[in-house]
Amino acid sequence: KIIFEKQWFYLDNAIGHIYGTTFEVTNGGNLQPKKEVEETTTETKEAGTDNRNIVDDGKSQKLTHDDIKALKDKGIKGQEIVQQLIENSTTFRDKTEFAQDKYIKKKKKKYEAVITIVKPSTRILSTMYYAREPGKINHLRYDTLAQMLTLGNIRAGNKMIVMETCAGLVLGAVMERMGGYGSIIQMYPGGGPVRAATGCFGFPKLFFDHLHEFPLSKVDSLLSGTFSIETLPSEPEDSTLLEEESNGLTEEKETEQESTPEAAMEISQTEEPETMDINAEEAEFKESKEKENKENVREKQRKQWERRKKLIETAALLREKNADGLIVASKFHPTPLLLSLLEFLAPSRPFVVYCQYKEPLLECYTKLRERGGVINLKLSETWLRNYQVLPDRSHPKLTMSGGGGYLLSGITVILDKGKSDSSHLEALKMEEPSSKRCKVQDVHC
Amino acid sequence: MSFVEYGDTIKDGDTAIVFLGHESMFPVKVQHGTVTQTKYGVIRHSTDLIGKRYGSKVTCSKGGWVFILHPTPELWTMNLPHRTQILYSTDISIITMMLELKPGSIVCESGTGSGSLSHALIRTVAPTGHLYTVEFHQQRAEKAREEFREHGVEHLVTVTNQDVCKNGFGVSNIADAVFLDIPSPWEAIGHAKSALKAEGGRICSFSPCIEQVQRTCLAMEEYGFTEINTLEILLRVYNVRTISLQIPDLGKAAEDNSSTGFDSSNPSHQGSPCTNPQQGPVQFKSGVPLREMVGHTGYLTFATKS
Repeated sequence: KIIFEKQWFYLDNAIGHIYGTTFEVTNGGNLQPKKEVEETTTETKEAGTDNRNIVDDGKSQKLTHDDIKALKDKGIKGQEIVQQLIENSTTFRDKTEFAQDKYIKKKKKKYEAVITIVKPSTRILSTMYYAREPGKINHLRYDTLAQMLTLGNIRAGNKMIVMETCAGLVLGAVMERMGGYGSIIQMYPGGGPVRAATGCFGFPKLFFDHLHEFPLSKVDSLLSGTFSIETLPSEPEDSTLLEEESNGLTEEKETEQESTPEAAMEISQTEEPETMDINAEEAEFKESKEKENKENVREKQRKQWERRKKLIETAALLREKNADGLIVASKFHPTPLLLSLLEFLAPSRPFVVYCQYKEPLLECYTKLRERGGVINLKLSETWLRNYQVLPDRSHPKLTMSGGGGYLLSGITVILDKGKSDSSHLEALKMEEPSSKRCKVQDVHC
Repeated sequence: MSFVEYGDTIKDGDTAIVFLGHESMFPVKVQHGTVTQTKYGVIRHSTDLIGKRYGSKVTCSKGGWVFILHPTPELWTMNLPHRTQILYSTDISIITMMLELKPGSIVCESGTGSGSLSHALIRTVAPTGHLYTVEFHQQRAEKAREEFREHGVEHLVTVTNQDVCKNGFGVSNIADAVFLDIPSPWEAIGHAKSALKAEGGRICSFSPCIEQVQRTCLAMEEYGFTEINTLEILLRVYNVRTISLQIPDLGKAAEDNSSTGFDSSNPSHQGSPCTNPQQGPVQFKSGVPLREMVGHTGYLTFATKS
């Protein structure tokens, strides 16, 4: 049973229909109406030309609130209620044709409850999250996400590093574009990666085979080379880690439950609710639950061992320092993330950082210039404008989004070694090709 | 290298991007024995490029240097030889997402034009998808074929030289998505519908003028497309600058030199020789919009066949 937009219904009847089918809600279950309801423009095609004689006296609708409620309670079809409203509106016939059209559309929206079930995709999910839960995805607007995927050259076969706190939406978008080819390393803060939105995509299990995760808190030790010592069998350390992670998992489940009703807006989640969250940990979690308690201890040890093995594998992947791209979209300050994570990238690879605010990216830009090893830095923002297109009534929609965040993108290059003193100067020179010419370069040509 | 796979080192026959700095770059075809002239001097392919890693700094004959980058559809878009007006990455990115493209997607496109969008589409649908692109201009179709061959993606694309409005895409019931960038898209909506899979798919039409959009929307409605939605996306680029604003002298400092005004929050003029600290500038970082920006490329109309 699912609640959506003040309606509750069962999804049982929806099974077996193709995606894009429109349903009408009856008392409880789903009913499948015709795809195209033929326009009920049977009423007199009478219309005014302007509104000079239309007075707002608040009495144009002859049906009262109670009348309308009574109609609804009788379970009368929405379509008929709309018809009644039109017939009882004294001003309807005087309205212009366009105003009549608008009136009908508005009433239909209110009384005719139709639901369309569509297939999940980045398009649908990112639009949905931005409209419904912008706070959970750091107000990352869908067109901004689209830019990230393109600027990051996301495609099959890449080895990507993703650091996000966008409920797993950005991760899901990257996974969709990679189609199960290549590998993704998700860097996560706290006890474990959040993948509530990733679950909504309904990816096949195969897609998760090459999805790795690595704790952000171990990045420094990995970069300084002290990592392996730290993770070798220090018993107490590991068990706290485990506990933390299981906490993370329950949190994740909660958020997913929260988002389920909205997700159902356009997404049929019923098809495979169990396979949604194919988190390796969770699968193991269930497995272990089935087994009896006596095996619990051994199971726990095995899990710990497996977890450690995976962690070491992921660390090895990172240590190769040959990733094909970096995507950052988090609630954290981007500068330290970028300065560290860029180390894992191969040269001549794109990176993209999202931030809800411009100022941190200004600082990040400056720090990256000082560091060097990056070119083509670009700070940008996109504006999105939606249009109403109707005969003789085309114009931009009345409201548009105030902001969808900012992006800083660039390309890595080989960093000059052993010239840390001059690297700052060089980075600055890179900006100004004119001054570059006068510069006496290290002459090894 | 290939446009659909990263390679580490530069090889003979590769297309590479020479980056001179400050958004100034151009593509080169790497060939043994060839030289390329830049304003920083000559690059000898055999010694300076082949065998080097992508992302390397290459020192030219006059002592200046450039970076050599691995090609991507985005870099290609910025550097390709124009045969027509092209689509840029901002529009391309929203098109790709709204058409729900991913590895394995089958896409139809018309016209091919300069192949800017084509390269991005191929990148996204590879390795198992395919692009069917239709270009009615024979010379452009030929040139596009040649480029796809050079870029190692010919197995992922079929270029057809015909008029899409008259003859369609040359395929039926196989596409997940259709993209139209032609002067009269409304004449191709019927063909687009039959190219799309029976179970449905997405369509997008790009037009600079609202009258074109109007006719396209009517045609889409007529052919039973749903979820018709028109939008426009604009890119704003910011230059990162350090700005300093002078503090005006209101005469206050003369009375009270140890004032607690702006100067206390600004370390930059501590120890400045200025006798009046309040007249020093206040510095801050700002993202300054470009003096001029692209205000309009085209309207994008999306719809679903279901």
